[in-house]
Amino acid sequence: MGGTPLLQTVGLTKRYGTFLANDAIDIEIWPQQIHALLGENGAGKSTLVKTIYGLVQPSEGDMLWQGEKMVLSGPSEARSRGIGMVFQHFSLFDNLTVAENVALGLDGRESFKDMSARLEEVSNVYGLPLDPKREVWQLSVGERQRIEIVRALMQNPKFLILDEPTAVLTPQEADQLFVVLDRLKAEGRAILYISHKLDEVKRLCDTATILRGGKKISTCNPKAETASSLARMMVGSEIKEVKAAANRQTTVPRLVVNDLGLEPDDPHGVRLQHISFELKGGEILGIAGVAGNGQDELFAALSGERLAQDPGTVVIDGHAAGHLSITRRRKLGAAFVPEERLGHGTAPRMRLSENALLTGHAASGMVQHGFVNTAATLSTVDKATKAFDVRKAKRDPEAASLSGGNLQKFIVGREILRNPVVLVVSQPTWGVDAGAAAVIRQALLDLAASGAAVLVTSQDLDELAEITDRIAVMFHGHLSAPIPTSEASREKLGLLMGGASLDQKNLDQKEAAHAAGA
Amino acid sequence: MQLVLEKRAERSNTIALVSPLIAIGLTIVTMSILFVILGKNPISALGVYFIDPLTDSYSLQEIAVKASPLVMIAIGLSLCYLANAWNIGAEGQFLVGAVAGSWLAVKTQGTDAGPWVLPAMLLLGAAAGALYALIPAICKVRFGASEILTSLMLVYVADLFLDYLVRGPWRDPKGFNFPTTAEFDPVATVPLLIETGRLHLGAVIALVVVAAGTVLLGKTIKGFEIRVVGAAPRAARFGGFNSNQLILLTFAISGALAGLAGIIEVAGPVGHLQPGISPGYGFTAIIVAFLGRLNPVGILIAGLFLALTFIGGEQAQIAMKIPLDVTKVFQGILLFYVLACDSLILYRFKLIYASAKVA
Repeated sequence: MGGTPLLQTVGLTKRYGTFLANDAIDIEIWPQQIHALLGENGAGKSTLVKTIYGLVQPSEGDMLWQGEKMVLSGPSEARSRGIGMVFQHFSLFDNLTVAENVALGLDGRESFKDMSARLEEVSNVYGLPLDPKREVWQLSVGERQRIEIVRALMQNPKFLILDEPTAVLTPQEADQLFVVLDRLKAEGRAILYISHKLDEVKRLCDTATILRGGKKISTCNPKAETASSLARMMVGSEIKEVKAAANRQTTVPRLVVNDLGLEPDDPHGVRLQHISFELKGGEILGIAGVAGNGQDELFAALSGERLAQDPGTVVIDGHAAGHLSITRRRKLGAAFVPEERLGHGTAPRMRLSENALLTGHAASGMVQHGFVNTAATLSTVDKATKAFDVRKAKRDPEAASLSGGNLQKFIVGREILRNPVVLVVSQPTWGVDAGAAAVIRQALLDLAASGAAVLVTSQDLDELAEITDRIAVMFHGHLSAPIPTSEASREKLGLLMGGASLDQKNLDQKEAAHAAGA
Repeated sequence: MQLVLEKRAERSNTIALVSPLIAIGLTIVTMSILFVILGKNPISALGVYFIDPLTDSYSLQEIAVKASPLVMIAIGLSLCYLANAWNIGAEGQFLVGAVAGSWLAVKTQGTDAGPWVLPAMLLLGAAAGALYALIPAICKVRFGASEILTSLMLVYVADLFLDYLVRGPWRDPKGFNFPTTAEFDPVATVPLLIETGRLHLGAVIALVVVAAGTVLLGKTIKGFEIRVVGAAPRAARFGGFNSNQLILLTFAISGALAGLAGIIEVAGPVGHLQPGISPGYGFTAIIVAFLGRLNPVGILIAGLFLALTFIGGEQAQIAMKIPLDVTKVFQGILLFYVLACDSLILYRFKLIYASAKVA
């Protein structure tokens, strides 16, 4: 290809103290191309795009914009040159309208009325329908992402960066997004697409750059690679395959939820309504759904962080537990792993031994007559370290000093070592590297094989397909009836995640329509 | 070129230990400037403040006498602060404790009550302090009222209540109309440790409190609860700890310790109830708690240091005619620097050059 690339980085390096987040990265972005940036968590993807967007100053190296050297003092300078970015975590104000949110992100040189008109125009042209007058809290996650994309497009960028845009979308919503991206590409814009979903990248992207440990491993054509060859480049080794034990036996019901309802405790929370399911020992039930549809509320209700009025709504191993505190539920043999590792699952600035005590004080002999048995807490750390290959700098470091994957292995290990009869786990491998994810999924399968009931909430449908026996979908505080994983196609789950009725006939029709439309 | 604060990858334990010393150093520099402005020789002023009190046994005893209430109150406050509950009203709890204990001393005055009087006074003082501290705690838990404001405002209520008592119902009839109770009987007085000196049993009680605080925070599940509720409230709830209960508990403990310090002060060095029994112990103890890193042993050291400034301030007033209020200025500046230096535990200074040239 002749000419100069739109953007070129030469030896771009970012150092944090002695840690090299980006090590001499060379990357070329061409117009009319979708360029994938692949890598595990901590590979340096975020640092690289933040540097390109002006949020982070490089320690060494240069960026060339259309062949000329570019130094960015901040994101506004990046935007003025035509670089736009859509972050994974939205920066929207819940209580403001769509138009107000967009206005806040622009430079404010046009009147609010002109801006609103242009907003409607851009959203119509690109097939990203938005009602400018609606308040953000009323919108779904997919709609919120649309605001971010439209906001970026309204600045008419030459180059658009998207950070894991499909992580929060249903499969159907993701398909719609791909149409938009193809169109942007056809208009001559360049797109940098961060993801770790290899199928998507193979399908959508023209070029892929793979980062590992801050270094560029290679730039390749993803369509010429296989998913496993891409994964190998990302991880640096083969990933262990997760194996379910043959003929797992299901036993007695361990976790039963009967018509559970719960009012939200904040104005924008989700109300749980009529949730019922039964989970037997030896079984793994998955809960799919777009984030913010009541999964957090369900976790709080199951764990006892929020109590139900009626004891019978949550039954743990045969005991009515809806009114019991989290400590009493742990004593009944339940264990919980929340989504947030730092600040919820652990106290970040406390040592691992203290974090072992955090959930172990109820039932693990760590406390005698009110005094803490430090040896027992340390031995839990050692056991979790050994059983789950937790890598850390010293025997008992602060939780915050561990990488996401290693901390998650510790948290899951801490709970599994208590031999729970019920394990409720939320987003077990969210933001965790592939190696650690495999260890964690295997641990969940092994726990079920030993007779425990396991409830897994996840946004990652591949993960649910890999380890669960049945899958139910959460939508607007309702839980669908579980369907066997073998029958849960992505299309079927996607429709449920989008709130389609659970009526079988309706479902078949929609599936047929979808197949016809594709 | 600009100076920015950059977040450290991990908290710096070195700075955590050194930061109080940096703060003291900066305070001394600032005070020197202040002394120069006041027209005093800073070297000799600092000498009077920090060196002279350490040179004779009377001053050393006096430091221990002043440090005892500071340490006792600060240990209680540190429990509150660790649990993210902001008790600013220890001064009021101190006064209420003094009043409640004094009640028994006044009622038994001139009777032949036995040696049970003093222990009962101490218990009364602690109980009253605890109950008084529970008022803001309950308002916080029940109604969400800011405990900072309510606890602070109750200081003035206690102060005026004490004032009323010693000017009215409890005034010594033979006291020439001075607003004070009669001297307490020997059975209602805290015994001295040294015949001829001023050092009394309160110092021993303070050391016991330090030891108890160390065990509570370091070894028990309750201490862990207190620390985790303050450090990571959501994780604490996940751990099954009830932060409201802990607010009540830590306020009660700190109120009890402040009340105990109050009655010991009245039944010890002062010997009777009168206005002005505290030179602001309850407020200075806030500085002691932070200067001591909310750690019992650190608080012991910090308490001794701040007691030194009280004694030094008195001597500077006598020897160099430096106003006593300068001591309060000193303590305020010290707290300011302690809190400022603490940000260096999690952050560090960094120079950023505007040009992106490779160094």
